[in-house]
Amino acid sequence: MADEPPPRPAWVRALDPARDFVEEVGTLGDLAFKSLVWALRPPYRFNVMVAQLEFVGVQSVFLVGLVGLFTGMVFAVQTIYGFRRFGAENMVGGVVSLTLSREMAPVLTAIMVAARAGSGMAAELGNMRSSEQIDALETMAVNPVQYLVVPRVFAGLVMVPVLSLLFFLVGLGGAWIVGVYGLSLDPGIFADRIRTMLEPGDLTQGLIKALVFGFSVALIACRHGYYASGGAVGVGQATTRAVVWSVVGVFVLDYAITSILTPVG
Amino acid sequence: MATEEPHVKVEKLVKVYGDRTVLHGVDVTINRADTLVFIGGSGAGKSTLVRHLIALERPTSGRIVVDGVDIASLNDVELNKARRRFGMVFQKYALFDSMTNFDNVAFPLREQTKLSEKEIRERAMAKLKDLGVEHAAKLTPAQISGGMAKRVGIARALVMEPELLIYDEPTSGLDPVTSRTVDDLIEEMREKFGVTSVVITHDMVSAFDIADQIAMLIRGRVVAQGTPAEVLAVDNEDVQKFIRASGVEASRLATRRPRKDSRELAAVARARTPRSA
Repeated sequence: MADEPPPRPAWVRALDPARDFVEEVGTLGDLAFKSLVWALRPPYRFNVMVAQLEFVGVQSVFLVGLVGLFTGMVFAVQTIYGFRRFGAENMVGGVVSLTLSREMAPVLTAIMVAARAGSGMAAELGNMRSSEQIDALETMAVNPVQYLVVPRVFAGLVMVPVLSLLFFLVGLGGAWIVGVYGLSLDPGIFADRIRTMLEPGDLTQGLIKALVFGFSVALIACRHGYYASGGAVGVGQATTRAVVWSVVGVFVLDYAITSILTPVG
Repeated sequence: MATEEPHVKVEKLVKVYGDRTVLHGVDVTINRADTLVFIGGSGAGKSTLVRHLIALERPTSGRIVVDGVDIASLNDVELNKARRRFGMVFQKYALFDSMTNFDNVAFPLREQTKLSEKEIRERAMAKLKDLGVEHAAKLTPAQISGGMAKRVGIARALVMEPELLIYDEPTSGLDPVTSRTVDDLIEEMREKFGVTSVVITHDMVSAFDIADQIAMLIRGRVVAQGTPAEVLAVDNEDVQKFIRASGVEASRLATRRPRKDSRELAAVARARTPRSA
């Protein structure tokens, strides 16, 4: 029978989390690299791509719109409440548009996509792995990264920015409704503050974030599904991990991108 | 026996998962157009071994030479090319549940050939008909029984008429009549196209009916390989115990169907697919 491995000293075991982290980054990097390489190689399966764009994008429209609407409405109420204390409620339109475009739209959209599409991707790929469907693809000379991962990552990359833009517009609409109709702000001033305060750079930063988040959410979701093991329990755990880590990833990346793109001090 | 080089040659294959050794230096040779049947208890390493033949697993050490090429040394693109000549029937069917049964069978044709949709339709439907599941073409794998799904899985593997076909328990979960139909199909693929078949089975009737060679695996080691008659006569306690438990007797071999010579069939296979392809 197999030889028992020698017991590992405590200080080596204490380093396990660090080793796991490096391993995880390596696995993700490897999958990202493979996806890039296989994305460029023919054949290009447009129908598979379109199906994923539909799944990630079109099917998320209602959810993202709903969350966007309420986020905008809440923001309007909160900022008006705060700004009234020093008579600056006229700034609401500008402040809400800045917050939505730079932060709330890309971050919350990515989180919604992680919860809806990311969990679906991880569960589907995990099931395909445990029922040998991924092996079957390989035996039929179809590269599973190209067939399964590339369309999903591409859909995330394209659709999260689109959805984020939708979130921004609907959120702004929500803020307008609350501010103008609910709390009697002047619509002209509301719009004017958006025009004067919001710059193209704010929208660009939001879109860059959405692009990166879309890529990372889909990649992390695919990674956990694609390498899932351990049957039904394993697929369940993979799905949970996919959502948790893709959401954590969004916040970490958010800080990184913000600090690079925002000159302060 | 054959003077030409074997179709598949496994040399000193070792596979270790973590601290568990599953295969302990396995050597197996499979001649072209032969049917090799792996028998052995559950967990003996049969599935792991055949997964190495199509590079679904990479060996810890040792070589798997198919058509003179060590397949563990191929890169992704070369491997994809080599795999066009392989087919596999999975134990749990491994059908794509997002597609209909027809699309499952048509899938390899759509991916690997430039046939028109009409030709694809004809070939896929013909294969489904061969296996008696043409009425399930428009259903999805989730809507049919396990036995039918197995047959759709076999149809998908056969539709490309590959040179090397691997069957992982093709008759498990099938009724006796359908099991014999599957045996007939394995034979037919061999006789028509000179296909080399590797079959894992617990169905000893099937094993002794279709095998040119039987290899018995126990705890990750090949303890016996030879013709059915040779394996029946082998002087090994484990092997004899296994055969006794299965209830197969030497008289069974007398009722075996007549078999065509593998060397003749190998010529058929070579004529069908030029080696340079």
